[in-house]
Amino acid sequence: MEAEAAKMIGAGLAAIGMIGSGIGVGNIWANLIATVGRNPAAKSSVELYGWIGFAVTEAIALFALVVALILLFAA
Amino acid sequence: MASPVAQFQVKPIFPVVPEGESLPFYAFTNSSVAMVAAVVVAAVFFWLATRKRAMVPGRWQSVGELTFEFVANMIRDNVGKEGMKYFPFIFTLFCFVFIGNMLGMLPYSFTFTSHIAVTAAMAVFIFVGVTIIGFARHGVHYLHMFFPHGAPLATAPILIPIELISYLSRPFSLSVRLFANMTVGHIMLKVLAGFVIALGAFGFIPFIVVGGITVLEFFIAALQAYVFTILTCIYLNDAINMH
Repeated sequence: MEAEAAKMIGAGLAAIGMIGSGIGVGNIWANLIATVGRNPAAKSSVELYGWIGFAVTEAIALFALVVALILLFAA
Repeated sequence: MASPVAQFQVKPIFPVVPEGESLPFYAFTNSSVAMVAAVVVAAVFFWLATRKRAMVPGRWQSVGELTFEFVANMIRDNVGKEGMKYFPFIFTLFCFVFIGNMLGMLPYSFTFTSHIAVTAAMAVFIFVGVTIIGFARHGVHYLHMFFPHGAPLATAPILIPIELISYLSRPFSLSVRLFANMTVGHIMLKVLAGFVIALGAFGFIPFIVVGGITVLEFFIAALQAYVFTILTCIYLNDAINMH
Protein backbone atom coordinates (compact mmCIF):
# COMPACT_ATOMS: atom_id res chain seq x y z
CA MET A 1 0.00 0.00 0.00
CA GLU A 2 1.40 3.39 -0.85
CA ALA A 3 2.12 5.87 1.88
CA GLU A 4 -0.51 8.37 0.73
CA ALA A 5 -3.31 5.81 0.97
CA ALA A 6 -2.08 4.59 4.35
CA LYS A 7 -2.09 8.18 5.65
CA MET A 8 -5.70 8.66 4.59
CA ILE A 9 -6.78 5.41 6.23
CA GLY A 10 -4.85 6.28 9.37
CA ALA A 11 -6.45 9.72 9.53
CA GLY A 12 -9.87 8.17 9.21
CA LEU A 13 -9.14 5.67 11.97
CA ALA A 14 -7.77 8.37 14.26
CA ALA A 15 -10.88 10.49 13.85
CA ILE A 16 -13.05 7.60 15.11
CA GLY A 17 -11.72 8.38 18.57
CA MET A 18 -13.92 11.44 18.67
CA ILE A 19 -16.97 9.26 19.31
CA GLY A 20 -16.10 9.08 23.01
CA SER A 21 -16.03 12.83 23.31
CA GLY A 22 -19.41 13.11 21.62
CA ILE A 23 -20.90 10.80 24.23
CA GLY A 24 -19.14 12.71 27.00
CA VAL A 25 -20.32 16.13 25.89
CA GLY A 26 -23.87 14.83 25.49
CA ASN A 27 -23.62 13.43 29.02
CA ILE A 28 -22.60 16.79 30.43
CA TRP A 29 -25.40 18.71 28.78
CA ALA A 30 -28.00 16.04 29.56
CA ASN A 31 -27.10 16.19 33.24
CA LEU A 32 -26.99 19.97 33.18
CA ILE A 33 -30.44 20.18 31.62
CA ALA A 34 -31.81 17.61 34.06
CA THR A 35 -30.32 19.53 36.98
CA VAL A 36 -31.77 22.83 35.87
CA GLY A 37 -35.07 21.08 35.19
CA ARG A 38 -35.30 19.67 38.69
CA ASN A 39 -34.06 22.78 40.46
CA PRO A 40 -34.20 25.94 38.35
CA ALA A 41 -32.66 27.97 41.15
CA ALA A 42 -29.44 25.97 40.84
CA LYS A 43 -28.86 27.17 37.28
CA SER A 44 -26.26 29.79 38.08
CA SER A 45 -24.18 27.45 40.23
CA VAL A 46 -23.95 24.60 37.75
CA GLU A 47 -23.81 26.58 34.51
CA LEU A 48 -20.16 27.49 35.02
CA TYR A 49 -19.07 23.91 35.56
CA GLY A 50 -21.10 22.89 32.50
CA TRP A 51 -18.98 25.12 30.28
CA ILE A 52 -15.69 24.09 31.86
CA GLY A 53 -16.64 20.41 31.59
CA PHE A 54 -17.65 20.87 27.98
CA ALA A 55 -14.35 22.49 27.04
CA VAL A 56 -12.26 19.88 28.82
CA THR A 57 -14.20 16.99 27.24
CA GLU A 58 -14.08 18.61 23.81
CA ALA A 59 -10.31 18.75 24.17
CA ILE A 60 -10.18 14.94 24.12
CA ALA A 61 -11.93 14.95 20.75
CA LEU A 62 -9.42 17.47 19.53
CA PHE A 63 -6.49 15.32 20.68
CA ALA A 64 -7.80 12.61 18.33
CA LEU A 65 -8.42 15.14 15.58
CA VAL A 66 -4.88 16.49 15.94
CA VAL A 67 -3.52 13.00 15.26
CA ALA A 68 -5.70 12.80 12.14
CA LEU A 69 -4.59 16.25 10.96
CA ILE A 70 -0.93 15.43 11.54
CA LEU A 71 -1.36 12.39 9.33
CA LEU A 72 -3.13 14.32 6.63
CA PHE A 73 -1.05 17.48 6.49
CA ALA A 74 2.21 17.11 8.30
CA ALA A 75 3.57 13.60 7.72
CA MET B 1 -6.77 26.36 -4.31
CA ALA B 2 -4.52 26.80 -1.30
CA SER B 3 -4.28 24.17 1.36
CA PRO B 4 -6.35 24.92 4.47
CA VAL B 5 -3.23 24.71 6.63
CA ALA B 6 -1.34 27.37 4.68
CA GLN B 7 -2.87 29.99 6.99
CA PHE B 8 -0.78 28.70 9.90
CA GLN B 9 2.55 29.19 8.20
CA VAL B 10 4.91 31.43 10.11
CA LYS B 11 6.39 33.89 7.64
CA PRO B 12 9.45 35.92 8.67
CA ILE B 13 9.08 39.60 7.95
CA PHE B 14 12.35 41.03 9.29
CA PRO B 15 14.83 38.18 9.60
CA VAL B 16 18.07 38.87 11.46
CA VAL B 17 20.70 36.85 9.63
CA PRO B 18 24.19 36.77 11.18
CA GLU B 19 27.22 37.22 8.96
CA GLY B 20 28.20 34.19 6.93
CA GLU B 21 25.10 32.14 7.73
CA SER B 22 22.04 31.43 5.67
CA LEU B 23 19.38 30.93 8.35
CA PRO B 24 18.25 33.83 10.55
CA PHE B 25 18.87 33.44 14.26
CA TYR B 26 15.85 35.59 14.98
CA ALA B 27 13.07 36.86 12.77
CA PHE B 28 10.16 39.18 13.41
CA THR B 29 7.39 37.03 11.98
CA ASN B 30 3.69 37.40 11.31
CA SER B 31 3.18 35.60 14.62
CA SER B 32 5.15 38.37 16.36
CA VAL B 33 3.05 41.01 14.60
CA ALA B 34 -0.11 39.33 15.87
CA MET B 35 1.23 39.19 19.42
CA VAL B 36 2.29 42.85 19.33
CA ALA B 37 -1.16 43.71 17.96
CA ALA B 38 -2.80 41.85 20.85
CA VAL B 39 -0.67 43.73 23.39
CA VAL B 40 -1.43 47.05 21.69
CA VAL B 41 -5.17 46.33 21.66
CA ALA B 42 -5.07 45.38 25.34
CA ALA B 43 -3.02 48.46 26.27
CA VAL B 44 -5.26 50.85 24.32
CA PHE B 45 -8.41 49.27 25.75
CA PHE B 46 -7.25 49.51 29.35
CA TRP B 47 -5.90 53.01 28.81
CA LEU B 48 -9.35 54.04 27.58
CA ALA B 49 -10.95 52.18 30.47
CA THR B 50 -8.88 53.85 33.18
CA ARG B 51 -8.62 57.37 31.79
CA LYS B 52 -11.34 58.96 33.88
CA ARG B 53 -11.59 57.41 37.30
CA ALA B 54 -15.25 58.27 37.76
CA MET B 55 -17.31 57.00 40.66
CA VAL B 56 -20.16 56.26 38.29
CA PRO B 57 -18.32 54.52 35.47
CA GLY B 58 -18.74 55.49 31.87
CA ARG B 59 -18.90 52.85 29.17
CA TRP B 60 -15.19 52.12 28.73
CA GLN B 61 -14.60 52.10 32.47
CA SER B 62 -17.58 49.77 32.92
CA VAL B 63 -16.18 47.18 30.57
CA GLY B 64 -12.76 47.49 32.14
CA GLU B 65 -14.25 46.97 35.59
CA LEU B 66 -16.31 44.03 34.33
CA THR B 67 -13.22 42.32 32.99
CA PHE B 68 -11.33 43.01 36.21
CA GLU B 69 -14.15 41.64 38.34
CA PHE B 70 -14.58 38.62 36.09
CA VAL B 71 -10.98 37.51 36.56
CA ALA B 72 -10.85 38.60 40.20
CA ASN B 73 -13.96 36.55 41.01
CA MET B 74 -12.48 33.62 39.14
CA ILE B 75 -9.38 33.78 41.30
CA ARG B 76 -11.22 34.37 44.58
CA ASP B 77 -13.66 31.51 43.93
CA ASN B 78 -11.02 29.02 42.92
CA VAL B 79 -7.90 29.99 44.84
CA GLY B 80 -9.12 32.12 47.73
CA LYS B 81 -7.95 35.48 48.93
CA GLU B 82 -4.33 34.36 48.86
CA GLY B 83 -4.53 33.87 45.14
CA MET B 84 -5.08 37.56 44.52
CA LYS B 85 -1.35 38.16 44.67
CA TYR B 86 -1.16 36.22 41.39
CA PHE B 87 -3.88 38.36 39.87
CA PRO B 88 -1.62 40.37 37.53
CA PHE B 89 -0.27 37.19 35.98
CA ILE B 90 -3.67 35.50 35.58
CA PHE B 91 -5.22 38.69 34.23
CA THR B 92 -2.43 39.14 31.70
CA LEU B 93 -2.77 35.51 30.68
CA PHE B 94 -6.52 35.81 30.20
CA CYS B 95 -6.32 39.06 28.23
CA PHE B 96 -3.46 37.84 26.05
CA VAL B 97 -5.15 34.55 25.12
CA PHE B 98 -8.59 36.15 24.75
CA ILE B 99 -7.47 39.02 22.53
CA GLY B 100 -5.16 36.71 20.59
CA ASN B 101 -8.00 34.30 19.86
CA MET B 102 -10.34 37.13 18.93
CA LEU B 103 -7.85 38.87 16.65
CA GLY B 104 -7.40 35.55 14.87
CA MET B 105 -11.04 35.70 13.82
CA LEU B 106 -10.37 38.74 11.65
CA PRO B 107 -9.94 37.79 7.98
CA TYR B 108 -6.33 37.50 6.78
CA SER B 109 -5.03 37.70 10.33
CA PHE B 110 -2.79 35.24 12.12
CA THR B 111 -3.91 33.33 15.22
CA PHE B 112 -0.79 33.09 17.29
CA THR B 113 -2.45 30.72 19.77
CA SER B 114 -2.87 28.18 16.99
CA HIS B 115 0.78 27.20 17.32
CA ILE B 116 1.78 24.54 19.82
CA ALA B 117 5.04 26.43 20.38
CA VAL B 118 3.18 29.43 21.78
CA THR B 119 0.64 27.54 23.87
CA ALA B 120 3.25 25.07 25.11
CA ALA B 121 5.48 27.92 26.21
CA MET B 122 2.62 29.37 28.24
CA ALA B 123 1.54 26.00 29.62
CA VAL B 124 5.04 24.90 30.61
CA PHE B 125 5.62 28.26 32.27
CA ILE B 126 2.40 27.84 34.25
CA PHE B 127 3.21 24.24 35.16
CA VAL B 128 6.76 24.95 36.31
CA GLY B 129 5.61 28.08 38.12
CA VAL B 130 2.81 26.28 39.96
CA THR B 131 5.14 23.42 40.94
CA ILE B 132 7.71 25.89 42.28
CA ILE B 133 4.97 27.71 44.19
CA GLY B 134 3.82 24.40 45.63
CA PHE B 135 7.28 23.40 46.80
CA ALA B 136 8.07 26.87 48.09
CA ARG B 137 4.92 26.93 50.15
CA HIS B 138 4.76 23.40 51.49
CA GLY B 139 8.27 22.05 51.09
CA VAL B 140 8.52 18.30 50.71
CA HIS B 141 4.97 18.01 52.03
CA TYR B 142 3.84 19.05 48.54
CA LEU B 143 4.56 15.49 47.41
CA HIS B 144 1.64 14.39 49.56
CA MET B 145 -0.54 15.71 46.79
CA PHE B 146 0.05 12.50 44.90
CA PHE B 147 -1.40 10.41 47.68
CA PRO B 148 -4.84 11.72 48.64
CA HIS B 149 -5.58 11.81 52.31
CA GLY B 150 -7.48 8.88 53.69
CA ALA B 151 -6.79 6.44 50.87
CA PRO B 152 -5.79 2.96 52.08
CA LEU B 153 -2.03 2.43 52.00
CA ALA B 154 -2.37 -0.74 49.91
CA THR B 155 -3.59 1.24 46.94
CA ALA B 156 -0.46 3.41 46.95
CA PRO B 157 1.49 1.50 44.23
CA ILE B 158 -1.39 2.03 41.81
CA LEU B 159 -2.59 5.43 42.97
CA ILE B 160 0.71 7.27 43.09
CA PRO B 161 1.77 6.54 39.47
CA ILE B 162 -1.71 7.43 38.23
CA GLU B 163 -1.72 10.69 40.17
CA LEU B 164 1.81 11.47 39.04
CA ILE B 165 1.00 10.86 35.39
CA SER B 166 -2.16 12.95 35.56
CA TYR B 167 -0.16 15.75 37.21
CA LEU B 168 2.55 15.61 34.56
CA SER B 169 -0.04 15.57 31.78
CA ARG B 170 -1.34 18.99 32.81
CA PRO B 171 0.93 21.12 30.60
CA PHE B 172 0.20 18.83 27.66
CA SER B 173 -3.55 18.97 28.00
CA LEU B 174 -3.51 22.70 28.70
CA SER B 175 -1.45 23.54 25.63
CA VAL B 176 -2.99 21.03 23.23
CA ARG B 177 -6.54 22.02 24.22
CA LEU B 178 -5.97 25.64 23.23
CA PHE B 179 -3.87 24.98 20.14
CA ALA B 180 -6.11 22.21 18.80
CA ASN B 181 -9.31 24.22 19.30
CA MET B 182 -7.91 27.20 17.44
CA THR B 183 -6.29 25.16 14.66
CA VAL B 184 -9.27 22.91 14.03
CA GLY B 185 -11.68 25.85 14.05
CA HIS B 186 -9.73 27.76 11.47
CA ILE B 187 -9.12 24.71 9.27
CA MET B 188 -12.85 23.99 9.35
CA LEU B 189 -13.61 27.55 8.30
CA LYS B 190 -11.18 27.35 5.40
CA VAL B 191 -12.43 23.96 4.22
CA LEU B 192 -16.07 25.10 4.29
CA ALA B 193 -15.12 28.31 2.51
CA GLY B 194 -13.58 26.15 -0.18
CA PHE B 195 -16.92 24.44 -0.62
CA VAL B 196 -18.57 27.80 -1.30
CA ILE B 197 -16.51 28.21 -4.46
CA ALA B 198 -16.65 24.55 -5.40
CA LEU B 199 -20.44 24.35 -5.42
CA GLY B 200 -20.84 27.29 -7.78
CA ALA B 201 -24.49 28.39 -7.89
CA PHE B 202 -25.45 26.49 -4.74
CA GLY B 203 -22.57 28.08 -2.85
CA PHE B 204 -24.94 29.98 -0.58
CA ILE B 205 -25.59 26.82 1.47
CA PRO B 206 -22.00 26.40 2.68
CA PHE B 207 -21.86 30.19 2.99
CA ILE B 208 -24.63 30.11 5.57
CA VAL B 209 -22.84 27.25 7.33
CA VAL B 210 -19.61 29.29 7.33
CA GLY B 211 -21.54 32.13 8.94
CA GLY B 212 -22.86 29.83 11.65
CA ILE B 213 -19.46 28.23 12.27
CA THR B 214 -17.88 31.71 12.52
CA VAL B 215 -20.29 32.56 15.34
CA LEU B 216 -19.35 29.26 16.98
CA GLU B 217 -15.68 30.07 16.56
CA PHE B 218 -16.06 33.45 18.27
CA PHE B 219 -17.71 31.65 21.15
CA ILE B 220 -15.03 28.95 21.24
CA ALA B 221 -12.31 31.61 21.16
CA ALA B 222 -13.75 33.25 24.27
CA LEU B 223 -14.48 29.92 25.96
CA GLN B 224 -10.98 28.55 25.40
CA ALA B 225 -9.42 31.68 26.86
CA TYR B 226 -11.69 31.32 29.87
CA VAL B 227 -10.98 27.59 30.28
CA PHE B 228 -7.21 28.15 29.99
CA THR B 229 -7.39 30.75 32.74
CA ILE B 230 -9.69 28.84 35.05
CA LEU B 231 -7.61 25.67 34.77
CA THR B 232 -4.57 27.74 35.67
CA CYS B 233 -6.47 28.96 38.72
CA ILE B 234 -7.41 25.39 39.65
CA TYR B 235 -3.78 24.24 39.35
CA LEU B 236 -2.73 27.23 41.42
CA ASN B 237 -5.30 26.23 44.02
CA ASP B 238 -3.85 22.72 44.12
CA ALA B 239 -0.45 24.21 44.80
CA ILE B 240 -1.47 26.80 47.36
CA ASN B 241 -4.18 24.96 49.29
CA MET B 242 -3.50 21.28 48.87
CA HIS B 243 -6.98 19.76 48.81
